[in-house]
Amino acid sequence: MTDVQRPPLSKKDYKTDQDVRWCPGCGDYAILNAVQGAFAKLGKLPHETVIVSGIGCSSRFPYYMETFGFHTIHGRAPAIATGVKVGNPALDVWVVTGDGDAMSIGGNHFIHAMRRNVGLKILMFNNRIYGLTKGQYSPTSEQGKVTKSSPLGSVDYPFSPIALALGAGGTFLARSVDVFGAHLEDVVCRASAHTGTAMVEIYQNCNIFNDGAYRSFTDKEVRDERILYLEHGKPLLFGANKDKGIRFDGNFEPQIVTGGELGSAFVWDETAANAAPAMALATMSEADFPVPVGVFRRREKPAFEAGVRGQIAAARQQKKQSLHDLLHAGEIWEVR
Amino acid sequence: MTSQTETHTRTTPTRLRRVVIRFAGDSGDGMQLTGDQFTRTTALMGNDIATFPDFPAEIRAPAGTLPGVSAFQLRFSSFDIHTPGDAPDVLVAMNPAALKMHLKELRRDGILLLNTASFGALDLKKAKYDKDPRSDGTLDGWRVIEVDLEARTREALAQSPLDTRAKDRCKNMYALGILYWMFHRDMAPTEKAIAQKFAKKPELVAANLAAMKAGYAYAETTEIFQTAYRVPPAPMRPGTYRNIMGNQALCLGLVAAAQQAGIELFLGSYPITPASDILHQLSTYKHLGVVTFQAEDEIAAVASAIGASYAGSLGVTSTSGPGMALKAEAIGLAVMAELPLVVLNVQRAGPSTGMPTKTQQADLLQAMYCRNGESPVCVLAASTPADAFDTAYEAVRIALRYMVPVVVLSDGYIANGSEPWLLPDVAQLPPIAVRYAPAGAPGEKFQPYARDPKTLARPWARPGTPGLVHRIGGLEKQDVTGNISYDPDNHQHMVDTRAQKVANIADDLPPTATLGERTGDLLVLGWGSPRGAITAAVGRLQRQGHRVSAAFLRHLNPLPKDLGDLMRGFRRVVLPELNKGQLALLLRARFLIDVQSHSQVNGQPFKSHEIENHLSRVLAELQEEVRR
Repeated sequence: MTDVQRPPLSKKDYKTDQDVRWCPGCGDYAILNAVQGAFAKLGKLPHETVIVSGIGCSSRFPYYMETFGFHTIHGRAPAIATGVKVGNPALDVWVVTGDGDAMSIGGNHFIHAMRRNVGLKILMFNNRIYGLTKGQYSPTSEQGKVTKSSPLGSVDYPFSPIALALGAGGTFLARSVDVFGAHLEDVVCRASAHTGTAMVEIYQNCNIFNDGAYRSFTDKEVRDERILYLEHGKPLLFGANKDKGIRFDGNFEPQIVTGGELGSAFVWDETAANAAPAMALATMSEADFPVPVGVFRRREKPAFEAGVRGQIAAARQQKKQSLHDLLHAGEIWEVR
Repeated sequence: MTSQTETHTRTTPTRLRRVVIRFAGDSGDGMQLTGDQFTRTTALMGNDIATFPDFPAEIRAPAGTLPGVSAFQLRFSSFDIHTPGDAPDVLVAMNPAALKMHLKELRRDGILLLNTASFGALDLKKAKYDKDPRSDGTLDGWRVIEVDLEARTREALAQSPLDTRAKDRCKNMYALGILYWMFHRDMAPTEKAIAQKFAKKPELVAANLAAMKAGYAYAETTEIFQTAYRVPPAPMRPGTYRNIMGNQALCLGLVAAAQQAGIELFLGSYPITPASDILHQLSTYKHLGVVTFQAEDEIAAVASAIGASYAGSLGVTSTSGPGMALKAEAIGLAVMAELPLVVLNVQRAGPSTGMPTKTQQADLLQAMYCRNGESPVCVLAASTPADAFDTAYEAVRIALRYMVPVVVLSDGYIANGSEPWLLPDVAQLPPIAVRYAPAGAPGEKFQPYARDPKTLARPWARPGTPGLVHRIGGLEKQDVTGNISYDPDNHQHMVDTRAQKVANIADDLPPTATLGERTGDLLVLGWGSPRGAITAAVGRLQRQGHRVSAAFLRHLNPLPKDLGDLMRGFRRVVLPELNKGQLALLLRARFLIDVQSHSQVNGQPFKSHEIENHLSRVLAELQEEVRR
């Protein structure tokens, strides 16, 4: 890793010679573009970057990025990436996953990556549907969703990935949208700068099996009224004229405030120790409230791999033992 | 026992060539510790020794009940032995339940040291005795020594500040003291070990040692023991020895191999009986640079190991059968990505949860075929606790040389059993080379599946190395370039190549060693832990003049190249294994030779006399055929 290449300056440096094989019109194209833009801005060295993915449409991502890439098995990307990061903490390790891969089959690995605060950057493409298996409801699909596997509507309740990650102790949690190019690029850059696990939920449109899932709040015409941009140190305001705000009552129930009450809008602190405001935003009704995007939580905490490596370094300092001595440890005896 | 004794007066101990002792008591009675102490002492005194702990899965089953009985059998001798023995010569029974569970196996005329402290009506009922076995003739035919170990221990510890309960817990040491006198053992190693074990609790050290010494003195001064015994040291190969258990040896083998290769060892593991000790032990080797990761589940354990291997470490995962089932898909990924990986399966009795603390060898076909698609891996088996060192070392060598997953099969009997281990000379350990792909030239496209022409291994391209950027994964890849490929001819080629790569491992293997002649009437094949019982049985038959040989397989996939010819040199091939004939099935299919399975699947190791009886019947059949 001593031979440092010239930092790439353009998106092109992260493009591979492989044909991109997502469906035409898929939101993944926009995400790929934003991530390449972010990487170019950050000057990431391709040979020091590893992208690990699981299974699903999103998990094809590594093939289209000119970095080290490992397209693994369904749901296990965070576990494999944990081995990569602990094995070599100097590497910049990213996980690309989806709502089926990370929230369903790989839910266990997802929450434990959060809990340990492994230095992984997780990009979770949430299209609220299973795309690669051709359209079954996912753990983030709304209840009552009619799909091939739920002809009468799904009975399951969905969960909020941000709320799940908050509960699991996630230290950097953010959300953006495939079509919010500049915002997404910025969030990816901020995730990259975080120590420990960073998770970015990216609302992504599947134009084949769940087209328009997010249109009610992401379309240009409604966006200003329906999106709440989280900005650190600023009050939670939304609307084209920033004339509406969000505050919390004593039970952390969100309320919309306007007019003379605008001054009582909650001032957003993404570094707050108390997870309650972030939890309230992550779980508030999409129908009744604007949809928050941006950074929900950012807490500094030592990363898992640093703890593991620290113990090894300290043990190596304290005790030197040759292989011969290791084998001869304990009670030994001679036979002549 | 009588057949091998020369009776003398008490002052001249009776000489024995070998003794089998079984300690049996409640799970909380410290039987494993007692057995372990006798073992260490005996090993230090130069005897050959083999041990077999047999304990329940419950940490503390209800006291005094049959399911709560824990036992530790050991055999020591003045000659080379291969098993912890079949029937014990001495049984130490700490309560009625232990008596009930183990008396039937005590050799006729053997010694029963019986703790009479807990023979109340309730104790008998818990052990399912209708009547007191001491008074209804149940114990006839054995030499019974009744001692109230609790009362004697309390007397010995009259001055101790411990409460009565704590004093009672020292009664195992009183029993150990009695046995140390009976078998002329030195108490010093145990004094040292107890002092270390309870270093922070001097009152416990004092009480345990006082109890042991009191037991020793009691045996020396009372008239109930007519004799003591001496088992002279065994002639063993010169060198330095230590006593080793199978799980320990696996760990040391991995560490030795990683150091020899100059590579970091990464263990991803999830606790499971009887493999957890591997995780425990390797986690104490941080000073040697060993990374251990207690994962959230079995899948994450193997997945993290694969990730570590991808990053350039030696990824290892340890488990038992149920965990192996969960790891299958990920091992398939390692096959596809052609990464080195060592998977340790310490087998236990299945299916499902089965009997976690009991031994079995029924995961061979799982190791071979539990994955989807044509997914060949290398499979090795350890056969004794000491052999586990060499087997782990060999697994690392193969995984790194061929870039393949290697499954190492051990089992509960090897894992927890122990034997003296002739320590290897570090300078003489075989070299293991690691060749990471060198940095690529600018502008040149890296070919992740460009293979070594001899081994067919692909290059190990560590992330972080300039010029090696590439993508791999579980999708089928075009050979050489590593691009995704659905081309029929390429898939056939890659399936064949992955199979050939594993087959090539056989090129490195030495000729199969035999115990006895390389041709004859009967070849007994073995793999894994039955080795000891087979060796003992075949040795006895050879001494009777039979043309019988044995061979043991460490490499189960690929098999040694000479195995077919070796089997064809015998009129009959018998294969004892602790499953329903899994290796026999593979050998019959591969060689079209009528390998006869001798199967036992009861959670216990083979007894050598059972194998001997079976082989004798086979030999008699062969003689009958000749006459006809």
